[in-house]
Amino acid sequence: MNSMMEVRNLDIQVPGKQLFKNLSFTIPANKLTCMTGENGVGKTTLVKHILQSFKTKDDRIIINTTRAKTQYVPQLRNIDDEFPLSIHDFVGLGLRQSNLLWHTKSEKKLLQDIIKKTHLATIENYPLGAASGGEKQRAFLAQALCAEPNLLILDESTASLDTSTKNELLTLIRSLLAEQDITVLFITHDPELIEKYADYELHLSHLQAELIRKERKE
Amino acid sequence: MLQFDFMRYAFIAGIFISLICGVMGTFVVARQTSFFTHTLSEIGFSGAAFGIFLGISPLLGMIIFTMASALFIGISGDRLSRRETSISLFSGIFIGLGILFLSLSSKQSSYATNILFGSIVGINIGNLYSLVALSLLILIVIALLFRQLAYNSFDVTGSQYNQHLNLLTSIVFLGLLALTISVTSQIIGSLLIFVLLTIPASSAKFYTASLWKMIFLSTIFSLVGIWAGLYFSYITNWPVTFFITMIEALIYGSALIRHQLQVSKFSFKN
Repeated sequence: MNSMMEVRNLDIQVPGKQLFKNLSFTIPANKLTCMTGENGVGKTTLVKHILQSFKTKDDRIIINTTRAKTQYVPQLRNIDDEFPLSIHDFVGLGLRQSNLLWHTKSEKKLLQDIIKKTHLATIENYPLGAASGGEKQRAFLAQALCAEPNLLILDESTASLDTSTKNELLTLIRSLLAEQDITVLFITHDPELIEKYADYELHLSHLQAELIRKERKE
Repeated sequence: MLQFDFMRYAFIAGIFISLICGVMGTFVVARQTSFFTHTLSEIGFSGAAFGIFLGISPLLGMIIFTMASALFIGISGDRLSRRETSISLFSGIFIGLGILFLSLSSKQSSYATNILFGSIVGINIGNLYSLVALSLLILIVIALLFRQLAYNSFDVTGSQYNQHLNLLTSIVFLGLLALTISVTSQIIGSLLIFVLLTIPASSAKFYTASLWKMIFLSTIFSLVGIWAGLYFSYITNWPVTFFITMIEALIYGSALIRHQLQVSKFSFKN
């Protein structure tokens, strides 16, 4: 099994609480791993710690990619109804292959491909503020894909979605895993989604983590 | 009207002011920091008074004050600049300080009204050159950092996690904003620069959802306001600031009405 990330003997404390002690786990490469655990167990803190480790050069966390190729899709964004930018332009904010004032030809093509892949093509010129919850999550995902990531971390992306929209999003993520070299770490509370879509579950509890292999029922 | 030097200078200055306000304004509106922009112009007034009090140039005083505040806000986080109480507090403190510095210095308050209200028709060729130089500087810095700034301004949360040097980008933007306000309020007054940095861009976002079109439309709305304002001021002899502000308000009002009509039509269809 190839790994995208190896964590060895990590301790994390927050003021007044030990979150993890001697934490060790592996995130398999090119798989969908769902991170689960009770509220307050420290899922988001752990993810932030992982993101920080690129900078702090923490040798207890080994990640087989660069920071630029790691994209974190946060749970909440301040996008209100009045948000002015179109879905096309919002997604395009993630393009960083060059630093020019305009998008290069290859960037334009990449952007169009991603918009198509995430089923946003018919609504790309509408303001993001007017989009539905599922459309917004697809746009957040699409923006992250613009960086052509190897590791994608999704923080409760389905939390506010209804059942059919949740399934659409996860089907989309599965198709990405089939098509490109990408590893997805998905923080979720939803047992039904884990049963249906996850390759692995990383369950956090009692200062430790356990990686459980899942048989997907498709 | 164009046989007068001061009118020609004013029309040319209008082009450059519109360009920086179109670009900077689009980012200001995206970041929802209109009120901080207002506070910054009051901080600028205070800085100018401080400059007069110390006997250094008022422009230098303004730049020191606005840059220091921009750095402070940049480091302590944009959120602080959106909090209502801190806005009122900072405005109050700096207007108070401005009045104190003016009364401590022997100069009269005519300079203060100049900073607040300015006069685009009062500018000379030297003002025009400094305005052009500053505008080019701001536009070049923005062109170099455009993608960083766009991500940072339009997606605060996403860029915070996924953009390299994101905090520095915020600070650079606030520094550019401080510079814009300092230099332009010498020429057209801090009241007018506040209007031009916020209203045209707010109007533009009702017409388009594309970033480039927003910048283009904001620039056009500023330019129409300034040029028409200059013309009406010339024929009526009323203050040009009054006309520019009213025209921008009309543009915003009509954009808002058009938007509301579209929204109600849209929801009716569904």
